[in-house]
Amino acid sequence: MTDPLIHAHDVTLAFGETPALRGAELAVEAGEVLAVMGPSGSGKSTLLHCLAGILTPDSGEIRFDGRRIDNLGEQERSALRRDSFGFVFQFGQLVPELTAEENVALPLLLGGRRRAAALQQARSWFPKLGLDGLEARRSGELSGGQAQRVALARGLVAEPRVLFADEPTGALDSLTGEQVMDLLVGCAREQGTTVVLVTHEARIAAYADREAIVRDGRATSMSGRLTS
Amino acid sequence: MSVPLTLLGLLEREPSHGYDLKRDYDAFFGRGKPLPFGQVYATLGRLARDGKVVVGEPEAGDGPDRKRYVITETGATEFEDWLREPVAAEPHLQTVLFSKVVLALMLGRDAELYLDTQRAAHLKRMRELTEIKRSGGLVDALLADHGLFHLESDLRWIDLTAARLDALAAEVAKR
Ligand SMILES: Nc1ncnc2c1ncn2[C@@H]1O[C@H](COP(=O)(O)OP(=O)(O)OP(=O)(O)O)[C@@H](O)[C@H]1O
Ligand SMILES: [Mg+2]
Repeated sequence: MTDPLIHAHDVTLAFGETPALRGAELAVEAGEVLAVMGPSGSGKSTLLHCLAGILTPDSGEIRFDGRRIDNLGEQERSALRRDSFGFVFQFGQLVPELTAEENVALPLLLGGRRRAAALQQARSWFPKLGLDGLEARRSGELSGGQAQRVALARGLVAEPRVLFADEPTGALDSLTGEQVMDLLVGCAREQGTTVVLVTHEARIAAYADREAIVRDGRATSMSGRLTS
Repeated sequence: MSVPLTLLGLLEREPSHGYDLKRDYDAFFGRGKPLPFGQVYATLGRLARDGKVVVGEPEAGDGPDRKRYVITETGATEFEDWLREPVAAEPHLQTVLFSKVVLALMLGRDAELYLDTQRAAHLKRMRELTEIKRSGGLVDALLADHGLFHLESDLRWIDLTAARLDALAAEVAKR
């Protein structure tokens, strides 16, 4: 078996007195879509933030592509997030002052791409996601489902190695949520992006290749490939 | 799935040969379990005996299956009645899950492990149905969705039960 793309080993993290992760183990294979499930407050988002280099664990190790990332400095970690990771959250978190296409282009602009080229690449995502004609809208002028598809385009536009998605359909009705998932999984598979998807909804998790369950700050995976 | 009533429904569209009925049954209702020809003709034979269909005269031609079946008034009425009648809303669809949990607790076995493996089995099936939904047409998608919603409700029960397992164990031990 090849080494996992992301490997969390014995990760603990507490917020003050509250333990959020207690010895979490997780392995994510390159190219897979992994659903992270579990009850509210079990530590799913915290685990995702650790895997993505947003939070630093109190102890344990996080490896990405064979390299330890938990002990990197803030500058290196933000470079890693910018160059290798994409993000989609429950509420799209689009920048309200920017148009939809500028929002999508943002990761490219932050990565140093010239504006015209970045916008051109951003625009190419709109037909793919059924967003034709919405390029110039601001986030306040989009429906929840449309805003979430714009956020998805923004998460994938820079062709990240990994897309981290935390309840990306949590604010949508179930039909719209499934349409967003269908696009997310379709696009990720097409460009070979690994996906770590946090959701508590089984119907959404069913779009993944396998699931890991987080309970009381520990992760177990019951099906699919072995994880440790 | 009631085969006789489904065949009656297909005949309600238009008089058909046995092989047309089999083809349409397999396409819409077979779901990987094609209806054997023997069962098609046995069913049509019983429907004819009960006056729900009549068999037309053999037609000219060289195939083996030259008879057309036509639905009767009795057959059509039975079909319409069945179509309107709601299916019993079964409240105990999955009592086997419940029985397994309670028995595991009574016998001091690992009920949580059982729930975890059951959850994994449900999720695995949900992934398969989702794949069918993503790759197939609308008819497949609707049927897959029906299965998905049922499995999802089981899963909610599984999660709730897992969360209450200690209290349930205490309750079971008391009796
Ligand atoms: N910034 C924070 N400050 C203090 N405590 C926090 C913080 N973030 C999370 N926690 C606590 O850490 C634990 C795990 O939280 P986390 O957000 O990872 O759960 P979750 O599984 O994502 O839950 P949900 O499904 O509700 O989003 C909880 O007890 C939570 O209250
Ligand atoms: Mg969360």
